Amino acid sequence: MFELLGIPPQALLGQLLLGLINGSFYAVLSLGLAVIFGLLNIINFAHGALYMMGAFVAWMLLNYAGIGYWPALILAPLIVGVFGIVLERLLLSRLYHLDHLYGLLLTFGLALIIQGLFRNYYGISGLPYRIPDALAGGYNLGFMFLPKYRAWVVVASLVVCFGTWFMIEKTRLGAYLRAATENPVLVGAFGVNVPLLIMLTYGFGVALAGFAGVLAAPIYSVNPNMGADLIIVVFAVVVIGGMGSIMGSILTGYFLGLIEGLTRVFYPEGSAVVIFVIMALVLLVKPEGLFGRAT
Amino acid sequence: MSDAQTANALLSVRDLNGWYGESHVLHGVDFDVQEGEVVTLLGRNGAGKTSTLLAIMGILGKRTGAVTYNGAETIAMAPRQIARLGIAICPEERGIFAALNVDENLMLPPRIADGGLDLERIFELFPNLRERRRSQGSKLSGGEQQMLAIARILRTGAHLLLLDEPTEGLAPVIVQQIGRTIAALKKEGFTIVLVEQNFRFAASVADRHYVVDQGRVVDMIPNRELDANMDKLHAYLGV
Repeated sequence: MFELLGIPPQALLGQLLLGLINGSFYAVLSLGLAVIFGLLNIINFAHGALYMMGAFVAWMLLNYAGIGYWPALILAPLIVGVFGIVLERLLLSRLYHLDHLYGLLLTFGLALIIQGLFRNYYGISGLPYRIPDALAGGYNLGFMFLPKYRAWVVVASLVVCFGTWFMIEKTRLGAYLRAATENPVLVGAFGVNVPLLIMLTYGFGVALAGFAGVLAAPIYSVNPNMGADLIIVVFAVVVIGGMGSIMGSILTGYFLGLIEGLTRVFYPEGSAVVIFVIMALVLLVKPEGLFGRAT
Repeated sequence: MSDAQTANALLSVRDLNGWYGESHVLHGVDFDVQEGEVVTLLGRNGAGKTSTLLAIMGILGKRTGAVTYNGAETIAMAPRQIARLGIAICPEERGIFAALNVDENLMLPPRIADGGLDLERIFELFPNLRERRRSQGSKLSGGEQQMLAIARILRTGAHLLLLDEPTEGLAPVIVQQIGRTIAALKKEGFTIVLVEQNFRFAASVADRHYVVDQGRVVDMIPNRELDANMDKLHAYLGV
Protein backbone atom coordinates (compact mmCIF):
# COMPACT_ATOMS: atom_id res chain seq x y z
CA MET A 1 0.00 0.00 0.00
CA PHE A 2 1.09 3.55 -0.71
CA GLU A 3 1.82 5.97 2.04
CA LEU A 4 1.28 9.72 2.03
CA LEU A 5 3.77 11.78 4.03
CA GLY A 6 4.29 8.77 6.25
CA ILE A 7 0.58 8.42 6.99
CA PRO A 8 -0.95 5.00 6.26
CA PRO A 9 -3.96 5.37 3.96
CA GLN A 10 -6.24 3.52 6.39
CA ALA A 11 -5.67 6.23 8.98
CA LEU A 12 -6.11 8.99 6.41
CA LEU A 13 -9.34 7.58 5.00
CA GLY A 14 -10.65 6.75 8.44
CA GLN A 15 -10.16 10.31 9.60
CA LEU A 16 -11.64 11.70 6.39
CA LEU A 17 -14.73 9.55 6.96
CA LEU A 18 -14.95 10.77 10.53
CA GLY A 19 -14.58 14.33 9.23
CA LEU A 20 -17.35 13.74 6.73
CA ILE A 21 -19.62 12.45 9.52
CA ASN A 22 -18.93 15.52 11.64
CA GLY A 23 -19.38 17.63 8.52
CA SER A 24 -22.81 16.05 8.00
CA PHE A 25 -23.92 17.29 11.40
CA TYR A 26 -22.35 20.72 10.85
CA ALA A 27 -24.15 21.00 7.52
CA VAL A 28 -27.63 20.00 8.75
CA LEU A 29 -27.35 22.22 11.82
CA SER A 30 -25.87 25.28 10.13
CA LEU A 31 -28.47 24.96 7.37
CA GLY A 32 -31.24 25.20 9.98
CA LEU A 33 -29.56 28.20 11.59
CA ALA A 34 -29.21 29.95 8.22
CA VAL A 35 -32.86 29.37 7.29
CA ILE A 36 -34.03 30.65 10.68
CA PHE A 37 -31.73 33.66 10.69
CA GLY A 38 -32.71 34.62 7.15
CA LEU A 39 -36.41 34.92 7.84
CA LEU A 40 -36.68 35.51 11.58
CA ASN A 41 -33.59 37.60 12.14
CA ILE A 42 -32.93 35.41 15.16
CA ILE A 43 -29.61 33.80 15.98
CA ASN A 44 -31.02 30.57 17.34
CA PHE A 45 -28.72 29.66 20.20
CA ALA A 46 -31.24 27.01 21.28
CA HIS A 47 -30.32 24.99 18.18
CA GLY A 48 -27.87 22.75 20.03
CA ALA A 49 -30.37 22.06 22.80
CA LEU A 50 -33.03 21.16 20.23
CA TYR A 51 -30.58 18.82 18.50
CA MET A 52 -30.03 17.16 21.89
CA MET A 53 -33.82 17.00 22.33
CA GLY A 54 -34.08 15.17 19.01
CA ALA A 55 -31.72 12.49 20.32
CA PHE A 56 -33.55 12.28 23.65
CA VAL A 57 -36.98 12.08 22.02
CA ALA A 58 -35.70 9.14 19.94
CA TRP A 59 -34.38 7.50 23.12
CA MET A 60 -37.68 8.12 24.95
CA LEU A 61 -39.75 6.81 22.06
CA LEU A 62 -37.71 3.60 22.16
CA ASN A 63 -37.56 3.15 25.92
CA TYR A 64 -41.02 4.39 26.96
CA ALA A 65 -43.11 3.54 23.92
CA GLY A 66 -41.14 0.82 22.15
CA ILE A 67 -40.97 2.89 18.98
CA GLY A 68 -37.79 2.12 17.06
CA TYR A 69 -35.26 4.08 15.06
CA TRP A 70 -37.02 4.35 11.71
CA PRO A 71 -40.33 5.79 12.97
CA ALA A 72 -38.32 7.99 15.36
CA LEU A 73 -36.45 9.44 12.41
CA ILE A 74 -39.76 10.99 11.34
CA LEU A 75 -41.50 11.39 14.71
CA ALA A 76 -38.71 12.99 16.73
CA PRO A 77 -38.14 15.88 14.28
CA LEU A 78 -41.92 16.43 14.20
CA ILE A 79 -42.10 16.55 17.98
CA VAL A 80 -39.10 18.88 18.23
CA GLY A 81 -40.57 21.00 15.41
CA VAL A 82 -43.88 21.39 17.24
CA PHE A 83 -41.99 22.28 20.42
CA GLY A 84 -40.14 24.92 18.39
CA ILE A 85 -43.41 26.31 17.05
CA VAL A 86 -44.69 26.69 20.60
CA LEU A 87 -41.49 28.57 21.53
CA GLU A 88 -41.86 30.77 18.46
CA ARG A 89 -45.50 31.65 19.14
CA LEU A 90 -45.06 32.24 22.88
CA LEU A 91 -41.65 33.90 23.01
CA LEU A 92 -39.67 34.58 19.84
CA SER A 93 -42.51 36.32 18.01
CA ARG A 94 -42.28 39.15 20.53
CA LEU A 95 -38.70 39.94 19.56
CA TYR A 96 -38.76 40.38 15.78
CA HIS A 97 -38.76 44.17 15.92
CA LEU A 98 -35.73 44.24 18.25
CA ASP A 99 -31.99 43.88 17.66
CA HIS A 100 -30.50 40.39 16.96
CA LEU A 101 -28.95 40.46 20.38
CA TYR A 102 -32.30 39.97 22.16
CA GLY A 103 -33.12 36.85 20.17
CA LEU A 104 -29.66 35.51 20.87
CA LEU A 105 -30.01 36.13 24.61
CA LEU A 106 -33.49 34.61 24.77
CA THR A 107 -32.54 31.47 22.85
CA PHE A 108 -29.32 31.15 24.86
CA GLY A 109 -31.41 31.21 28.04
CA LEU A 110 -33.82 28.66 26.58
CA ALA A 111 -30.89 26.40 25.72
CA LEU A 112 -29.64 26.53 29.31
CA ILE A 113 -33.11 25.74 30.67
CA ILE A 114 -33.70 22.82 28.29
CA GLN A 115 -30.25 21.36 28.94
CA GLY A 116 -30.68 21.88 32.69
CA LEU A 117 -33.99 20.03 32.71
CA PHE A 118 -32.56 17.03 30.85
CA ARG A 119 -29.47 17.02 33.07
CA ASN A 120 -31.71 17.01 36.12
CA TYR A 121 -33.72 13.99 35.01
CA TYR A 122 -31.18 11.95 33.04
CA GLY A 123 -27.78 12.91 34.48
CA ILE A 124 -24.71 13.52 32.39
CA SER A 125 -23.29 10.05 31.97
CA GLY A 126 -25.10 9.51 28.68
CA LEU A 127 -27.67 6.93 27.60
CA PRO A 128 -26.98 4.23 25.03
CA TYR A 129 -28.95 4.04 21.79
CA ARG A 130 -28.42 0.97 19.64
CA ILE A 131 -27.68 1.13 15.96
CA PRO A 132 -30.73 -0.29 14.12
CA ASP A 133 -30.21 -3.89 12.99
CA ALA A 134 -30.43 -3.07 9.31
CA LEU A 135 -27.45 -0.71 9.66
CA ALA A 136 -25.30 -2.79 12.01
CA GLY A 137 -21.97 -4.06 10.74
CA GLY A 138 -20.13 -2.62 7.80
CA TYR A 139 -18.46 -3.10 4.46
CA ASN A 140 -14.90 -4.16 3.97
CA LEU A 141 -13.71 -1.99 1.11
CA GLY A 142 -10.29 -3.64 0.99
CA PHE A 143 -8.40 -0.51 1.97
CA MET A 144 -10.66 0.32 4.92
CA PHE A 145 -13.66 -0.80 6.95
CA LEU A 146 -16.80 1.31 6.37
CA PRO A 147 -19.43 0.98 9.11
CA LYS A 148 -22.88 0.90 7.51
CA TYR A 149 -24.39 3.34 9.98
CA ARG A 150 -21.74 5.99 9.26
CA ALA A 151 -22.34 5.67 5.53
CA TRP A 152 -26.07 6.06 6.24
CA VAL A 153 -25.48 9.28 8.23
CA VAL A 154 -23.60 10.83 5.32
CA VAL A 155 -26.24 9.78 2.77
CA ALA A 156 -29.19 10.85 4.93
CA SER A 157 -27.68 14.25 5.67
CA LEU A 158 -26.89 14.83 1.99
CA VAL A 159 -30.46 13.97 1.02
CA VAL A 160 -31.93 16.25 3.69
CA CYS A 161 -29.55 19.14 2.92
CA PHE A 162 -30.07 19.08 -0.83
CA GLY A 163 -33.79 18.43 -0.44
CA THR A 164 -33.99 21.56 1.70
CA TRP A 165 -31.91 23.49 -0.80
CA PHE A 166 -34.22 22.39 -3.61
CA MET A 167 -37.32 23.34 -1.66
CA ILE A 168 -36.01 26.80 -0.87
CA GLU A 169 -34.42 27.65 -4.21
CA LYS A 170 -36.70 25.92 -6.69
CA THR A 171 -40.27 25.79 -5.40
CA ARG A 172 -43.08 28.31 -4.99
CA LEU A 173 -43.08 27.92 -1.22
CA GLY A 174 -39.34 28.59 -1.27
CA ALA A 175 -39.93 31.71 -3.37
CA TYR A 176 -42.25 33.01 -0.64
CA LEU A 177 -39.57 32.29 1.91
CA ARG A 178 -36.80 34.01 -0.07
CA ALA A 179 -39.04 37.00 -0.80
CA ALA A 180 -40.15 37.32 2.83
CA THR A 181 -36.48 37.15 3.88
CA GLU A 182 -35.86 40.25 1.74
CA ASN A 183 -39.02 42.25 2.34
CA PRO A 184 -41.62 40.70 4.67
CA VAL A 185 -43.82 43.81 4.66
CA LEU A 186 -44.32 43.77 0.90
CA VAL A 187 -44.92 40.00 0.82
CA GLY A 188 -47.63 40.54 3.45
CA ALA A 189 -49.10 43.37 1.37
CA PHE A 190 -49.52 40.88 -1.49
CA GLY A 191 -51.81 38.81 0.70
CA VAL A 192 -49.37 36.17 1.99
CA ASN A 193 -49.69 35.15 5.64
CA VAL A 194 -46.15 36.03 6.68
CA PRO A 195 -46.52 35.24 10.42
CA LEU A 196 -47.61 31.71 9.46
CA LEU A 197 -44.65 31.42 7.09
CA ILE A 198 -42.30 32.52 9.88
CA MET A 199 -43.80 30.04 12.34
CA LEU A 200 -43.48 27.13 9.91
CA THR A 201 -39.93 28.16 8.99
CA TYR A 202 -38.83 28.12 12.60
CA GLY A 203 -40.58 24.77 13.09
CA PHE A 204 -38.80 23.39 10.04
CA GLY A 205 -35.36 24.75 11.00
CA VAL A 206 -35.75 23.28 14.46
CA ALA A 207 -37.01 19.96 13.05
CA LEU A 208 -33.75 19.78 11.08
CA ALA A 209 -31.88 20.02 14.38
CA GLY A 210 -34.10 17.28 15.80
CA PHE A 211 -33.38 15.11 12.77
CA ALA A 212 -29.64 15.57 13.25
CA GLY A 213 -30.15 14.58 16.88
CA VAL A 214 -31.77 11.27 15.91
CA LEU A 215 -28.97 10.59 13.42
CA ALA A 216 -26.45 11.28 16.17
CA ALA A 217 -28.08 9.14 18.85
CA PRO A 218 -26.50 5.79 17.86
CA ILE A 219 -23.03 7.32 17.25
CA TYR A 220 -22.56 9.67 20.15
CA SER A 221 -24.19 8.73 23.43
CA VAL A 222 -27.47 10.52 24.18
CA ASN A 223 -26.31 13.19 26.58
CA PRO A 224 -27.78 16.52 27.77
CA ASN A 225 -24.54 18.29 26.83
CA MET A 226 -24.19 16.86 23.33
CA GLY A 227 -25.69 19.97 21.76
CA ALA A 228 -23.79 22.50 23.83
CA ASP A 229 -20.50 20.93 22.73
CA LEU A 230 -21.45 20.96 19.08
CA ILE A 231 -23.23 24.29 18.73
CA ILE A 232 -20.12 26.42 19.28
CA VAL A 233 -18.41 24.74 16.33
CA VAL A 234 -21.58 25.02 14.26
CA PHE A 235 -21.73 28.76 14.89
CA ALA A 236 -18.14 29.04 13.71
CA VAL A 237 -19.20 27.14 10.57
CA VAL A 238 -22.05 29.59 10.03
CA VAL A 239 -19.74 32.57 10.46
CA ILE A 240 -17.28 31.08 7.95
CA GLY A 241 -19.99 30.28 5.40
CA GLY A 242 -21.90 33.52 5.82
CA MET A 243 -25.37 33.81 7.31
CA GLY A 244 -27.22 34.55 4.11
CA SER A 245 -26.59 31.55 1.91
CA ILE A 246 -28.36 28.17 1.98
CA MET A 247 -25.93 26.37 -0.31
CA GLY A 248 -23.05 28.17 1.41
CA SER A 249 -23.97 26.80 4.82
CA ILE A 250 -24.29 23.25 3.44
CA LEU A 251 -20.98 23.24 1.58
CA THR A 252 -19.13 24.95 4.42
CA GLY A 253 -20.43 22.34 6.85
CA TYR A 254 -19.06 19.36 4.88
CA PHE A 255 -15.88 21.20 3.93
CA LEU A 256 -14.98 22.11 7.49
CA GLY A 257 -15.74 18.59 8.70
CA LEU A 258 -13.20 17.29 6.16
CA ILE A 259 -10.64 19.96 7.11
CA GLU A 260 -11.02 18.95 10.73
CA GLY A 261 -10.48 15.30 9.78
CA LEU A 262 -7.37 16.09 7.78
CA THR A 263 -5.97 18.15 10.64
CA ARG A 264 -6.48 15.19 12.94
CA VAL A 265 -4.21 13.15 10.66
CA PHE A 266 -1.45 15.64 10.02
CA TYR A 267 -1.46 17.74 13.17
CA PRO A 268 -3.74 16.14 15.78
CA GLU A 269 -3.03 18.84 18.37
CA GLY A 270 -4.64 21.41 16.08
CA SER A 271 -7.85 19.54 15.30
CA ALA A 272 -9.85 21.12 18.11
CA VAL A 273 -9.02 24.67 17.07
CA VAL A 274 -8.58 24.50 13.30
CA ILE A 275 -12.17 25.63 12.60
CA PHE A 276 -11.76 28.64 14.86
CA VAL A 277 -8.47 29.57 13.22
CA ILE A 278 -10.22 29.44 9.84
CA MET A 279 -13.04 31.53 11.27
CA ALA A 280 -10.58 34.19 12.43
CA LEU A 281 -8.89 34.24 9.02
CA VAL A 282 -12.18 34.48 7.14
CA LEU A 283 -13.36 37.29 9.40
CA LEU A 284 -10.14 39.19 8.65
CA VAL A 285 -10.32 38.73 4.89
CA LYS A 286 -14.04 38.48 4.12
CA PRO A 287 -16.11 39.49 7.15
CA GLU A 288 -19.45 38.63 5.47
CA GLY A 289 -18.34 34.99 5.15
CA LEU A 290 -17.26 32.85 2.19
CA PHE A 291 -20.75 32.72 0.65
CA GLY A 292 -22.33 35.70 2.42
CA ARG A 293 -23.62 38.78 0.68
CA ALA A 294 -22.07 42.05 1.81
CA THR A 295 -24.68 44.18 3.48
CA MET B 1 -68.22 66.22 -3.36
CA SER B 2 -71.77 64.90 -3.41
CA ASP B 3 -73.04 62.13 -1.17
CA ALA B 4 -74.16 60.17 -4.22
CA GLN B 5 -70.57 60.12 -5.43
CA THR B 6 -69.37 58.91 -2.04
CA ALA B 7 -71.98 56.20 -1.90
CA ASN B 8 -70.82 54.77 -5.23
CA ALA B 9 -67.14 55.12 -4.57
CA LEU B 10 -65.03 51.97 -4.90
CA LEU B 11 -62.51 53.43 -2.47
CA SER B 12 -63.47 55.99 0.11
CA VAL B 13 -60.91 57.57 2.44
CA ARG B 14 -62.16 59.68 5.37
CA ASP B 15 -60.17 61.55 7.99
CA LEU B 16 -57.19 59.24 7.46
CA ASN B 17 -54.41 59.95 9.94
CA GLY B 18 -51.12 58.15 9.69
CA TRP B 19 -47.88 57.85 11.63
CA TYR B 20 -44.50 56.80 10.41
CA GLY B 21 -42.82 55.72 13.63
CA GLU B 22 -43.24 58.67 15.97
CA SER B 23 -43.92 61.27 13.32
CA HIS B 24 -47.49 62.14 12.39
CA VAL B 25 -47.48 62.35 8.58
CA LEU B 26 -51.14 62.21 7.51
CA HIS B 27 -53.53 64.70 9.11
CA GLY B 28 -56.99 63.74 7.92
CA VAL B 29 -56.86 62.71 4.26
CA ASP B 30 -60.25 62.63 2.47
CA PHE B 31 -60.89 61.45 -1.06
CA ASP B 32 -62.91 59.03 -3.17
CA VAL B 33 -62.14 56.90 -6.17
CA GLN B 34 -64.91 55.68 -8.46
CA GLU B 35 -64.97 52.29 -10.11
CA GLY B 36 -62.88 52.35 -13.30
CA GLU B 37 -61.26 55.74 -12.66
CA VAL B 38 -57.63 56.74 -12.83
CA VAL B 39 -56.99 59.25 -10.08
CA THR B 40 -53.68 60.90 -9.23
CA LEU B 41 -52.35 62.28 -6.00
CA LEU B 42 -50.20 65.31 -6.82
CA GLY B 43 -48.09 67.26 -4.40
CA ARG B 44 -44.64 68.34 -3.34
CA ASN B 45 -42.02 66.00 -1.98
CA GLY B 46 -42.98 65.02 1.54
CA ALA B 47 -46.62 66.11 1.16
CA GLY B 48 -47.86 62.66 2.18
CA LYS B 49 -48.68 61.04 -1.19
CA THR B 50 -46.66 57.86 -0.67
CA SER B 51 -47.74 57.69 2.98
CA THR B 52 -51.38 57.82 1.82
CA LEU B 53 -50.86 54.79 -0.45
CA LEU B 54 -49.02 52.89 2.29
CA ALA B 55 -51.77 53.73 4.76
CA ILE B 56 -54.49 52.48 2.37
CA MET B 57 -52.53 49.22 2.07
CA GLY B 58 -52.14 49.06 5.85
CA ILE B 59 -48.33 49.12 5.80
CA LEU B 60 -47.71 52.57 7.24
CA GLY B 61 -46.74 52.29 10.91
CA LYS B 62 -50.13 53.25 12.35
CA ARG B 63 -53.36 54.65 10.93
CA THR B 64 -56.76 55.89 12.11
CA GLY B 65 -59.86 57.12 10.33
CA ALA B 66 -61.89 55.25 7.74
CA VAL B 67 -60.80 53.49 4.56
CA THR B 68 -63.67 51.63 2.91
CA TYR B 69 -63.20 49.48 -0.16
CA ASN B 70 -66.22 48.09 -1.95
CA GLY B 71 -68.26 48.86 1.17
CA ALA B 72 -65.90 47.05 3.58
CA GLU B 73 -64.19 49.02 6.35
CA THR B 74 -60.51 48.07 6.33
CA ILE B 75 -59.05 50.28 9.04
CA ALA B 76 -58.62 47.43 11.55
CA MET B 77 -57.44 44.85 8.99
CA ALA B 78 -53.95 43.42 8.53
CA PRO B 79 -52.26 44.22 5.18
CA ARG B 80 -52.73 40.65 3.96
CA GLN B 81 -56.48 40.88 4.56
CA ILE B 82 -56.66 44.21 2.73
CA ALA B 83 -54.76 42.66 -0.18
CA ARG B 84 -57.28 39.80 -0.27
CA LEU B 85 -60.12 42.30 -0.80
CA GLY B 86 -58.56 43.23 -4.13
CA ILE B 87 -56.11 46.08 -3.51
CA ALA B 88 -52.53 45.78 -4.76
CA ILE B 89 -49.56 48.10 -4.49
CA CYS B 90 -46.61 48.85 -6.74
CA PRO B 91 -44.27 50.60 -4.30
CA GLU B 92 -42.04 53.55 -5.08
CA GLU B 93 -38.85 51.54 -4.57
CA ARG B 94 -40.46 48.89 -6.82
CA GLY B 95 -39.80 46.08 -4.37
CA ILE B 96 -38.37 43.61 -6.87
CA PHE B 97 -36.96 40.65 -4.95
CA ALA B 98 -33.28 40.32 -5.81
CA ALA B 99 -33.11 36.64 -4.84
CA LEU B 100 -35.97 35.73 -7.19
CA ASN B 101 -35.89 35.60 -10.97
CA VAL B 102 -38.40 37.44 -13.16
CA ASP B 103 -40.79 34.50 -13.36
CA GLU B 104 -40.69 33.98 -9.60
CA ASN B 105 -41.26 37.69 -8.96
CA LEU B 106 -44.13 37.65 -11.41
CA MET B 107 -45.78 34.59 -9.87
CA LEU B 108 -45.15 35.59 -6.25
CA PRO B 109 -48.33 37.52 -5.34
CA PRO B 110 -51.00 34.89 -4.72
CA ARG B 111 -54.22 34.94 -6.77
CA ILE B 112 -56.93 36.51 -4.69
CA ALA B 113 -59.82 36.49 -7.17
CA ASP B 114 -60.72 35.56 -10.73
CA GLY B 115 -60.34 38.08 -13.49
CA GLY B 116 -56.61 38.80 -13.39
CA LEU B 117 -54.71 39.10 -16.65
CA ASP B 118 -53.15 35.91 -17.97
CA LEU B 119 -49.42 35.71 -18.62
CA GLU B 120 -49.87 36.03 -22.38
CA ARG B 121 -51.66 39.37 -21.97
CA ILE B 122 -49.05 40.56 -19.45
CA PHE B 123 -46.22 39.79 -21.88
CA GLU B 124 -48.18 41.62 -24.58
CA LEU B 125 -48.15 44.71 -22.35
CA PHE B 126 -44.51 44.24 -21.33
CA PRO B 127 -42.70 42.42 -24.17
CA ASN B 128 -39.30 43.13 -22.58
CA LEU B 129 -40.14 40.89 -19.64
CA ARG B 130 -40.77 37.85 -21.81
CA GLU B 131 -37.13 37.70 -22.87
CA ARG B 132 -35.88 38.10 -19.32
CA ARG B 133 -37.97 35.48 -17.54
CA ARG B 134 -34.93 33.59 -16.20
CA SER B 135 -32.98 36.72 -15.17
CA GLN B 136 -32.41 37.42 -11.51
CA GLY B 137 -34.39 40.36 -10.10
CA SER B 138 -31.15 42.11 -9.17
CA LYS B 139 -29.98 42.06 -12.80
CA LEU B 140 -32.83 44.10 -14.27
CA SER B 141 -32.63 47.70 -15.45
CA GLY B 142 -34.74 50.35 -13.71
CA GLY B 143 -37.32 50.28 -16.48
CA GLU B 144 -37.58 46.49 -16.42
CA GLN B 145 -37.94 46.53 -12.65
CA GLN B 146 -40.76 49.03 -12.93
CA MET B 147 -42.55 46.98 -15.57
CA LEU B 148 -42.18 43.84 -13.48
CA ALA B 149 -43.46 45.64 -10.38
CA ILE B 150 -46.62 46.63 -12.28
CA ALA B 151 -46.91 43.33 -14.15
CA ARG B 152 -46.92 41.12 -11.06
CA ILE B 153 -49.98 42.81 -9.55
CA LEU B 154 -52.04 42.38 -12.73
CA ARG B 155 -52.45 38.60 -12.65
CA THR B 156 -53.75 38.28 -9.09
CA GLY B 157 -57.32 39.44 -9.69
CA ALA B 158 -56.73 42.64 -7.68
CA HIS B 159 -58.97 45.39 -8.97
CA LEU B 160 -57.63 48.58 -7.37
CA LEU B 161 -53.99 49.30 -8.20
CA LEU B 162 -51.93 51.73 -6.14
CA LEU B 163 -49.01 52.89 -8.29
CA ASP B 164 -46.35 54.97 -6.56
CA GLU B 165 -44.37 57.14 -9.00
CA PRO B 166 -44.03 54.53 -11.75
CA THR B 167 -42.16 56.98 -13.99
CA GLU B 168 -39.55 58.12 -11.49
CA GLY B 169 -36.04 58.13 -12.91
CA LEU B 170 -36.98 56.42 -16.17
CA ALA B 171 -36.10 57.32 -19.77
CA PRO B 172 -38.81 59.18 -21.75
CA VAL B 173 -39.43 56.23 -24.06
CA ILE B 174 -40.17 53.99 -21.05
CA VAL B 175 -42.33 56.68 -19.46
CA GLN B 176 -44.40 56.65 -22.67
CA GLN B 177 -44.67 52.88 -22.55
CA ILE B 178 -45.91 53.03 -18.97
CA GLY B 179 -48.41 55.75 -19.96
CA ARG B 180 -49.78 53.49 -22.70
CA THR B 181 -49.92 50.61 -20.23
CA ILE B 182 -51.96 52.62 -17.72
CA ALA B 183 -54.40 53.60 -20.49
CA ALA B 184 -54.67 49.93 -21.49
CA LEU B 185 -55.28 48.89 -17.87
CA LYS B 186 -58.05 51.47 -17.56
CA LYS B 187 -59.66 49.91 -20.64
CA GLU B 188 -59.36 46.48 -19.03
CA GLY B 189 -61.44 47.86 -16.17
CA PHE B 190 -58.80 48.39 -13.47
CA THR B 191 -59.21 51.28 -11.04
CA ILE B 192 -55.96 53.10 -10.41
CA VAL B 193 -54.61 55.53 -7.83
CA LEU B 194 -51.40 57.02 -9.13
CA VAL B 195 -48.88 59.06 -7.17
CA GLU B 196 -46.96 61.38 -9.48
CA GLN B 197 -44.48 64.22 -9.38
CA ASN B 198 -44.56 64.56 -13.15
CA PHE B 199 -47.92 66.18 -13.76
CA ARG B 200 -47.53 66.32 -17.52
CA PHE B 201 -47.51 62.54 -17.32
CA ALA B 202 -50.37 62.59 -14.81
CA ALA B 203 -52.46 64.79 -17.12
CA SER B 204 -51.99 62.34 -19.98
CA VAL B 205 -53.49 59.36 -18.10
CA ALA B 206 -55.82 60.53 -15.31
CA ASP B 207 -59.49 61.42 -14.94
CA ARG B 208 -59.08 63.50 -11.80
CA HIS B 209 -56.29 64.90 -9.68
CA TYR B 210 -56.21 65.31 -5.93
CA VAL B 211 -53.70 67.80 -4.57
CA VAL B 212 -52.01 66.68 -1.36
CA ASP B 213 -50.26 69.15 0.92
CA GLN B 214 -48.99 68.71 4.49
CA GLY B 215 -50.78 65.42 5.00
CA ARG B 216 -54.20 66.54 3.70
CA VAL B 217 -56.07 66.61 0.41
CA VAL B 218 -56.44 70.33 -0.29
CA ASP B 219 -58.06 70.36 -3.73
CA MET B 220 -59.53 68.25 -6.50
CA ILE B 221 -59.14 69.17 -10.17
CA PRO B 222 -60.88 67.20 -12.94
CA ASN B 223 -58.46 66.51 -15.77
CA ARG B 224 -60.56 68.45 -18.32
CA GLU B 225 -60.28 71.57 -16.14
CA LEU B 226 -56.55 71.21 -15.69
CA ASP B 227 -55.61 73.95 -18.17
CA ALA B 228 -57.89 76.46 -16.48
CA ASN B 229 -56.34 75.64 -13.12
CA MET B 230 -52.69 75.70 -14.14
CA ASP B 231 -51.80 78.75 -12.06
CA LYS B 232 -53.39 77.28 -8.96
CA LEU B 233 -51.64 73.98 -9.53
CA HIS B 234 -48.27 75.66 -10.00
CA ALA B 235 -48.79 77.43 -6.69
CA TYR B 236 -49.60 74.09 -4.96
CA LEU B 237 -46.67 72.28 -6.41
CA GLY B 238 -44.29 75.20 -6.08
CA VAL B 239 -42.89 74.80 -9.58
